[in-house]
Amino acid sequence: MKFTIDWLKNHLDTKFNNNQIIDKLTNIGLEVESFESSTSELDTFIVAKIINAKTHPNADRLKLCDVDIGSDKTIEVVCGAPNAKNGLLTVYAPPGSIIPKNQMKLSVSKIRGVTSYGMLCSESELLLSNESDGIIELKNNKYANKIGEKYFKNTSEKVIDLSITPNRPDCLGVRGIARDLSAAGAGKLKINKKSNLKYRGNQNINVTIKKEKAQGCTIFGSCLIKNVTNKESPKWLKDKILSLGQKPISAIVDITNYVMFDLNRPLHAYDADKIDNEIIVRSSSKGESFEALDNKKYILENDMCVISDRSGVLGLGGIIGGIRSGTEYSTRNILLESAYFLPRSIRKTSKQLNIDTDAKFRFERGIDPLSIEEGLIKASELIKQICGGEISNLDVKKIENYKKTIINFDPFLFEKTTGFNVENKELIKILEKLGFNVSKNKKILKLVIPSWRPDITQPIDIVEEIVRIKGYEHINTSEPIKTRLKPTLNYYQKLFHFLQRSVASKGYLETVTWSFTDSKINQLFKENDQEIPIVNPISSDLNVLRNSIFPNLLFYLKKNLDRGFKDISLFEIGPAFKGKNPGDQLTIIGAVKAGKVSRLSWNDKERNVDTFDVKKDVIQSLCEAGIDKDEIVIDDKTPSYYHPGKSGGVYQNKNEKNALAYFGEIHPNIIKKLDIKTESLVIFEICLDYIKESKQKIKDLKSEYKFSDFQKSERDFAFIIDKNFKSQELVNIIKSVDNKLIKSVRVFDVFEGENIAEGKKSIAVNVTIQSEEKTLNENDLENINKLIISSVESKSGAKIRS
Amino acid sequence: MSDIKKIKDDYIDKLNTENNIEKVNNIKSELFGKNGIISNEFKKLGSISVEERKKLASDLNNIKDELQNKISIKIQEIETKEINLKLEKEKIDVTLPERNIEIGKIHPVSQVIDEISSIFSEIGFSVEEGPDVENEYNNFTALNTPDNHPARDMHDTFYLDNNKELLLRTHTSPVQVRTMLKGKPPFKIIAPGRTYRSDSDQTHAPMFHQVEGLHIDKNINMGHLKGCLNYFIKEFFEVDKIKMRFRPSHFPFTEPSAEVDIGYEIKDGKIVIGEGNKWLEILGCGMVHPNVLKNVNVNPSKYQGYAFGIGIDRLGMLKYGINDLRAFFETDYRWLSHFGFDPLDVPSNYRGLSR
Repeated sequence: MKFTIDWLKNHLDTKFNNNQIIDKLTNIGLEVESFESSTSELDTFIVAKIINAKTHPNADRLKLCDVDIGSDKTIEVVCGAPNAKNGLLTVYAPPGSIIPKNQMKLSVSKIRGVTSYGMLCSESELLLSNESDGIIELKNNKYANKIGEKYFKNTSEKVIDLSITPNRPDCLGVRGIARDLSAAGAGKLKINKKSNLKYRGNQNINVTIKKEKAQGCTIFGSCLIKNVTNKESPKWLKDKILSLGQKPISAIVDITNYVMFDLNRPLHAYDADKIDNEIIVRSSSKGESFEALDNKKYILENDMCVISDRSGVLGLGGIIGGIRSGTEYSTRNILLESAYFLPRSIRKTSKQLNIDTDAKFRFERGIDPLSIEEGLIKASELIKQICGGEISNLDVKKIENYKKTIINFDPFLFEKTTGFNVENKELIKILEKLGFNVSKNKKILKLVIPSWRPDITQPIDIVEEIVRIKGYEHINTSEPIKTRLKPTLNYYQKLFHFLQRSVASKGYLETVTWSFTDSKINQLFKENDQEIPIVNPISSDLNVLRNSIFPNLLFYLKKNLDRGFKDISLFEIGPAFKGKNPGDQLTIIGAVKAGKVSRLSWNDKERNVDTFDVKKDVIQSLCEAGIDKDEIVIDDKTPSYYHPGKSGGVYQNKNEKNALAYFGEIHPNIIKKLDIKTESLVIFEICLDYIKESKQKIKDLKSEYKFSDFQKSERDFAFIIDKNFKSQELVNIIKSVDNKLIKSVRVFDVFEGENIAEGKKSIAVNVTIQSEEKTLNENDLENINKLIISSVESKSGAKIRS
Repeated sequence: MSDIKKIKDDYIDKLNTENNIEKVNNIKSELFGKNGIISNEFKKLGSISVEERKKLASDLNNIKDELQNKISIKIQEIETKEINLKLEKEKIDVTLPERNIEIGKIHPVSQVIDEISSIFSEIGFSVEEGPDVENEYNNFTALNTPDNHPARDMHDTFYLDNNKELLLRTHTSPVQVRTMLKGKPPFKIIAPGRTYRSDSDQTHAPMFHQVEGLHIDKNINMGHLKGCLNYFIKEFFEVDKIKMRFRPSHFPFTEPSAEVDIGYEIKDGKIVIGEGNKWLEILGCGMVHPNVLKNVNVNPSKYQGYAFGIGIDRLGMLKYGINDLRAFFETDYRWLSHFGFDPLDVPSNYRGLSR
């Protein structure tokens, strides 16, 4: 909402200066976005000085001027003026400027092979005189220290731009703003002059509001103004329209716009001679069409509120008028409309047709239904004053009567909500100035709500009115109440934060990527999940919710590889979507690792990152998060985007059905499809939702401290075993020989090839044996050794290597 | 006896000049071996009178101690010399680079969420979450924003179906609805998370982060709201003084509503939070609208309280001098390394919010 201070003062007697008014507006909830002179096309012309004028290399008559325009570099301008010389002060127009004489827009151009940045101007080009022989010569004493400043003074009045919240349609007019200011003590609202308009004759175009279920119009007021002379608006009116950032059109249109911005009362003027017999306000039928004032043809749906005559649709009520009945300079007779349209209907129609106009914006928020006559009178007066003519009696048709809203307000609610007290007297004064009618019934205030405040429907709205006018600075600052109702984080929230930092501590950079992704990449990772398209995506390559974190991670991994990074570790923790309903999402950590370990190391041999790098990261992170490593089970079934032979799934224990993590190499086909160029690429993912909350708190786990001081022994075994036999199983077989005595089993060598039969491998393990009751003697140890060998041989088909 | 003394002196001289460990060991056995000189002298003690024996024994012991002492010092001396010589040869260039350090980082958004959670935890708030996909009711209708409300235009919403029933939440406020629907008052929660609007330019991203706050109890008023946010802003920006302004505004789900501005100034091209005469809007808040309370089965005549919503990304940008919102989500390795935080740098009250 834009207006000038001058305009405001048409409605407000105030002693406040501009800055006080600006502050007050913001303090009562009418946020000032800016307070600036409206920009002018002349703002770009600046005072400049020719530093050096030399002859153009390719044209004797042209000069090449180095021009000082007040910035740190000089500008090179090609100039044909004979008077261009060193030291001359003149007026410079940069590229983009519009030359007043011919309305040409300057661009950077080459003149005879030399680039010219803007131009130096003659008086005639700036419409200052007819002098066109040379460029302007400015007086040294006046302009020498103004280089770089605007040549033309901006004389336009400063414009206030308010951001009006959707609940305040009344402040979409200057009078409403003045009313709010007056309530807040910034002056006195001027009383509207009584109109002494003389009416002649009746409005003899018949108006009917059809009683239909979907009728979007409840009141239609109008008057006929005959024998007008439409013309250009007078300067004061043009200036007002310009200050709003709008273009003046003609006196009739400018007046209706002016009244709309002044009183928040949209009006529409028809050329009465173009109306076919009568006005019918009705709901549209599908397929009807009309050409609107924005020069677009609209094809209507059912149940849109239209103003029509016998020939068809004239316009969309409260939204936009039609060309067929539009006013022109030749218009002689006008039908002026001032109506009430239902916000819901306006909103629906404008959404369907995608039209946004100032009238629509206002009706959608709710116009004062009692301002019909006021608008007609104010506009008629101005039309008569500017265009002449005779005004008919006002004709107001309605299908519904306005009902007053009454609220019984207990002032205690104010203190209860805001924490401070305002005396009843002051409270009543504020409400009365805002236009409320206040009567007292014991402690309760009976309030009649002003018709221009559709937002006020219940007592809490009254609290807001009083506190915003009184000022939020009166609200006390209470010390925060520290009472805690429950622990800050639950188990999974703690897990989230813990794992996030745990993974990062292993050298991964955390990133945050969109929750949506490109369906083409998502396709490669979605497995059996359904695709979840976004109906209105921001772009076609962000058109689905991600089923996995990897599409985005790999997309950005590639970008970083393209930037020249070779060794990259990235991860994200966030949602992956499994369905389109709320809650169909899992919290996933996805991590990617590319390139080499120990690249360019002077002491370690460099090697590609591999599956066991990420396996370590994933297992260590899980252990750090409190998962028992001894319970973890690994298997080799993984989603299809993993390398089928070099990836694994992690289970919290042997009974768990869902893998809580996967790790391994990514499928080579995907690397190829995404055109990722790196020496090696491994990934892992952890699904936080599949981690089972430990039943024991750490304080309980800590108390079970057991250890043995008896001597421990280590024995090495090497078995020849089937190539596909899993080392995890071998370890389990050995452990199960005696869970108490066998403290640990470590695989320290795996070997295939030379001396090992085809289809077999050699696995060497180191077993630590220790009793909690005694020192084991040679005999005991020998027995266990034998048991280990026989168990492994019988359960796995392995042979001990001799 | 004088012989012994002489022998002793000779050996002391010998030891003084000896530098070979083996030779020192030979001297040791010459003196104290089975038939060593000193050992033999002790053997002789048995054959002399008691009077003499006492005297001689005492002298002998002194000589023995002196020599043994000398020998062990000498051995230690030689060994130290040898070790030093050996270590001298082992010297390496310690200025050569260490093995590769892999430095991981926490994204600024995550760090700021942890900072915010830590601050609100101090004053008794707990953390709630809600899904990213919401239904129309929780995101709008329950929050007193019916379909025909112009306030909906301020939210450019991503939809997942043509009926506009399922959407990506445009703010974290639906978590208020979910929290109150599943529990009983009082409520005291914050809810950080991802939010979405179909808006994309230099200062808007289609996804961003908000933190919702909600405190409902019997007598929570606007003074408490002011106190809570005042506390938060001071703690978050880690400054003693901060200029704050509560300004009336409008949100359908709160009434009265406010926007909060903080003071700032530009110094050497950088934004400095706290003082100065410019205002920067950082959050929206207000008293939860009675209609919202009714929608979630809380009796507004018994319970009341406040809610607020803060843009997390923007808060992070202000605190850590990040200029471009879109860079948050572009995964540039250089940006993540520069603006990321060490994973051990966990914001907490007792260790300080940030380093």
